[in-house]
Amino acid sequence: MYFDLTDEQQAIKSTAHDFLASRFKSERLREISASDDGFDESGWKEMAELGWAGLALPEEWGGQGLGIVDLAVLFEEMGYVCAPSPLLSNTIAGLAIAAGGSDEQKERWLAPLAAGDLRGTPALIDAGGPAEPMKFAMKAAADGDGVVLSGVKTLVMDAASADFFLVATADGARHVVEKGAEGVTVTPEDSIDLTRRLSSVRLENVRVAAENTLPGAPEDYRPVFRRACVALAAESTGVAQRALDMSVEYAKDRQQFGRPIGAYQAVSHRCAQMLLETENSRSAVYGAAWAADAEPESLPLASSMAKAYASDAGWRVPDAAIQVHGGIGFTWEHDLHFFLKRGRANAASLGDAKWHRERVADAVLAGETVPAND
Amino acid sequence: MDLTLSPSEEEFRDEVRGWLRENHPGPEPEAGLDEIMAFRGEWQRKLHEAGWAGISWPKEYGGRGATMIEQAIFAAEATSQEAPAPANVLGLAMGGPVVIAHGTEEQKARYLEPILTGEEIWCQGFSEPESGSDLASLKTRAVKDGDEWVVTGQKVWTTFAQYAKWCMLVARTEPDAPKHQGLTYFLMDMEQDGVQTRPLVQITGEGEFNEVFFEEARVPDANVVGGVGNGWAVAITTLMNERAGLAFGAISQIQNSLGRLGKLAKETPANGGTAADDPYFRQRIAQLHIEVETMRLNAYRGLTKTMQSGIPGPEGSLGKWQWADINQDLTELALEIEGAYSLLMRGSEHAVAGGAWQYSFLRSRANSIEGGTTDILKNIIAERVLGLPRLR
Repeated sequence: MYFDLTDEQQAIKSTAHDFLASRFKSERLREISASDDGFDESGWKEMAELGWAGLALPEEWGGQGLGIVDLAVLFEEMGYVCAPSPLLSNTIAGLAIAAGGSDEQKERWLAPLAAGDLRGTPALIDAGGPAEPMKFAMKAAADGDGVVLSGVKTLVMDAASADFFLVATADGARHVVEKGAEGVTVTPEDSIDLTRRLSSVRLENVRVAAENTLPGAPEDYRPVFRRACVALAAESTGVAQRALDMSVEYAKDRQQFGRPIGAYQAVSHRCAQMLLETENSRSAVYGAAWAADAEPESLPLASSMAKAYASDAGWRVPDAAIQVHGGIGFTWEHDLHFFLKRGRANAASLGDAKWHRERVADAVLAGETVPAND
Repeated sequence: MDLTLSPSEEEFRDEVRGWLRENHPGPEPEAGLDEIMAFRGEWQRKLHEAGWAGISWPKEYGGRGATMIEQAIFAAEATSQEAPAPANVLGLAMGGPVVIAHGTEEQKARYLEPILTGEEIWCQGFSEPESGSDLASLKTRAVKDGDEWVVTGQKVWTTFAQYAKWCMLVARTEPDAPKHQGLTYFLMDMEQDGVQTRPLVQITGEGEFNEVFFEEARVPDANVVGGVGNGWAVAITTLMNERAGLAFGAISQIQNSLGRLGKLAKETPANGGTAADDPYFRQRIAQLHIEVETMRLNAYRGLTKTMQSGIPGPEGSLGKWQWADINQDLTELALEIEGAYSLLMRGSEHAVAGGAWQYSFLRSRANSIEGGTTDILKNIIAERVLGLPRLR
């Protein structure tokens, strides 16, 4: 029993922390978030050089072959600076190809993705539908030995900087669709979170050759979804930690009625509550990350617990931080709004807290570790 | 990172589990504190004979010298099998460790063995009517008289005082010293005319706690622990002891309660189905499970940290706070599930689950007060974990 980071994981954490702190200072975050595509090419190249694009992808295909705990360490730090980066979407796409792709497909798509030379992003949610995780409406119509896709996928992360989409269809399959393919139109949406752009991707009779449909079965992508939930929950934990740190620093410094406001229990107890939620979130995330690596049978329950908890903490802690800061926290000039917005976006992505709690209820009321409908 | 038990820890768990299964004395008597204490006394003798009493104590003092993880395992197993508490729980958890840490050789020789056997019951005389959270303001005074001290004052919330031979008493020996200084830690013999105990009836209708009155009670010099004027430091050790065991026992207890809550939900009709089908109740049950899991994982993280640094950190306050919140939420939810039937107490014909949840609901109101109020824990966290300035 040892529930802490190893020395290697600690090294990943401090490398990531230092790199990200220098790379995404407030001014740079604002520049990137105000740009047309919200993408930071030079930052991406540096992350790729650090091996992050393939951190948790198989070594065989050029990844680092590290575990989900290591991935969680990295994403916690990404959240800490609210990094505007397609690393999350790219990682999810990579995990999906690793889980469901053929060797040829891995050679063609996964290896360059792991190297950071190509970027992929999942296109899962059907516009106008219920946006439920792992349920897709788009039909894959047979066309010779390939399929034809028509419809609109929305809430697609980082579409502007992606080279290809991994499109999910009603049969549970995933198809690689290049952004430049005929019939593909990308329309940016205005996301609440300026540091992670969302788009709609319209597919009009897009032909997918057989070699671009992954042979994986629908259930192969469940562990991918679960791992993605852990990474996102880790990011929310980092978001919460940053909002807490900013609040504590401010509460020590800001004087009212002749004292630092942190001396007042109305403020200090709020900060204590923020710490509680941040630490709980972290424990749930690393418990789930450990399960992903060492005890996969408990991952479905553990990841739903982590995602549910971190969904709430990831925006409530920044929300409380705004209250601690008072008026200045409500200004565009202050960085807190980036964290509130990222936390809110994460809360609603990959299943919200309510969706995950329902999975937890399913499992615990039956005394299982796997939700009944997982 | 490794959340599994090592082979030797697993072996330990299996040994504990097996022994408890074979020796479990069955449920406690339902009523009568005297009967319950006799039952627990018998249980402690059994534990002691098998070497399970004082498992955290060093072997040279009759304990088992168990690691923190083993203590956690033992507490979790004992609670999950709903084994009774030993009769002398305060002596084992606090008295013994304090004597071991601060006592003289004579004191160790005199007190430790009867704590382990349960032959002598201990109680804790810290809180006073006017000194709750601000413990260091306590007023009970001890005045030197030859080679004795004469103690006058009042203590409150004294669990098991009516059964206790010894009281871990903190009293003021230097009235003019600053409040944290001038306190001394005594072992007070409760069996004397100067000591009177009176049960304090709480909102459950039970008298779990007592008021204790000292009227020129006498305690010899030889019963000072840790030196005159050093009482605050000694008392703090008492409060820090056996955190690991307590935390894991508490978590295991909440897990038992969650199991019962699920059962209650499945057996309670609601909207043509059961409460377990109701989306609102499902959300709340799930949230409780999630919070208990975070509490369990936090405790593991804390344990790992403590094993590395050797000292439990102030983060332990988070666990106690969270435990109180969860326990209260859980019992509130049980009453909500029961609906109008939640009015019926133990002994009523139509009470659900024998009225157990009504009792738990009332009893859990104290969880955010006893052993450090949630409000004070938040102060500790704000000041000692977050480094925020003190108001005082």
